[in-house]
Amino acid sequence: MNINISVPDISARPAEKCVTKLKAENVNLFYGSFQCLRNVSLDIPSCSITAIIGPSGCGKSSLLRLFNRMNDLIPGVRVEGNVELDGIAIYDTKIDVVELRKRVGMVFQKPNPFPMSIFENVAYGPKRHGTKNRGELEEIVEKSLRQAALWDEVKDKLGQSGLALSGGQQQRLCIARVLAVEPEVILMDEPCSALDPVATLKIEDLMRSLAADYTIVIVTHNMQQAARVSDTAAFMMMEPDRAGMLVESGPTAQIFTNPKDKRTEDYITGRFG
Amino acid sequence: METRTAFHKKLREIQDDILAMGSMVGKAVLRSIEALKNRDMQLAQQIIADDRKINQKRFEIEEKCVELIATQQPMASDLRIILAVLNIIAEVERIGDYAEGIAKIAVMIGNEPPLKPLIDIPRMADQTVDMLRRSLDAFVNRDAEAAKKISTEDDTIDHLYDQVFRELLVFMAEDPKTITRATRLIWVAHNLERAADRITNICERVVYVVTGKMEEIGASRY
Repeated sequence: MNINISVPDISARPAEKCVTKLKAENVNLFYGSFQCLRNVSLDIPSCSITAIIGPSGCGKSSLLRLFNRMNDLIPGVRVEGNVELDGIAIYDTKIDVVELRKRVGMVFQKPNPFPMSIFENVAYGPKRHGTKNRGELEEIVEKSLRQAALWDEVKDKLGQSGLALSGGQQQRLCIARVLAVEPEVILMDEPCSALDPVATLKIEDLMRSLAADYTIVIVTHNMQQAARVSDTAAFMMMEPDRAGMLVESGPTAQIFTNPKDKRTEDYITGRFG
Repeated sequence: METRTAFHKKLREIQDDILAMGSMVGKAVLRSIEALKNRDMQLAQQIIADDRKINQKRFEIEEKCVELIATQQPMASDLRIILAVLNIIAEVERIGDYAEGIAKIAVMIGNEPPLKPLIDIPRMADQTVDMLRRSLDAFVNRDAEAAKKISTEDDTIDHLYDQVFRELLVFMAEDPKTITRATRLIWVAHNLERAADRITNICERVVYVVTGKMEEIGASRY
């Protein structure tokens, strides 16, 4: 099998592709009577990496999960305001959530491969979405594993269990699994917190290469990671009633050298936290 | 609540070091003029020898900054402070070199009879050292306005330099035998003029620390 894969190049980012991909507008999020997010408005540009940073419990992950309606799975959840993907309101009752999650994939904190072979892990999504042809599945698996920078390490053991891989490899397998269903957006919730520094740098490198073709939103506690990897950074914090709010967002270089808001400055320089 | 107490303590220590280095350099400038005025060769040699201590101090501060960058990953204003420190210590060290240069000229002049009583050159030195001290205070106090004001005072130094130059030119025109001595004094004034230019660079770094903007705030005529 010989497939020509175009390796995404971060320098090849056509300006016209960079539009607002995701948008949150005056969003309030409630878990029962607890308000988790208050009046959050944030535009996520396409073909770039947006990092959401902030202290624990400020609602970063809740905001992330808003973008593919993962919060829907939590009992008592209520969303006010507008969340859009390509200008379409995703909380509209007519939205097919399965289709939404195909377009907006997610990678979690702890690598969570399915207890099946490496091949089946990656082929699982396309199969569920109707791809049956073995040749086609093989192509998707190879392409996805190559994109996730894992192919060379696993090409000779595709039949082995995904659980037998190292932590960093498992996380790249999970990324390949997301890529296999050809999403447009990849949400990453602390994707490197369970990994060692070398595996972390591999994932960061991978993120940078994927950013040419995908919109990536990452939640991270690691400010150096946000500074290294993202193009845009958004800082959130908690109000006295523990509701999360967005303090400031802007180009990463600016947020980490000269933030506009004193609260951002105090947080990233460790004067509170 | 400050969460990076140890880091911020180290950052404050570095700023204390800069003030100490500034004080060493200020003294060197004033003593170099004293050596020149009093034909004090011993003092001049001492200033030349002491320049190594200033250079050593600069390396010590630089090493502390490198260590903080490598181990603490400073961000935002902390990062700007450390970057400013790295620039400022280079400027201060260079001013120390000008003082050493003046001391070397004093040695060169040796016991030659004085051309004229020194008035404007000591005035230039006093003002330069005062500007240096206040520019470092402005850095520690994060006072961009003070820094901008200090940089405008470079004009006074430039005027004094003009004055010294014109006066010595007249001496040389009237009596070519004075050319060597007059030229050496022009070198001294030139060293002081350059030192003041370095201070405007320090002031630019103070503005950067406060505002995050890199801008030229006072261009010397020389």
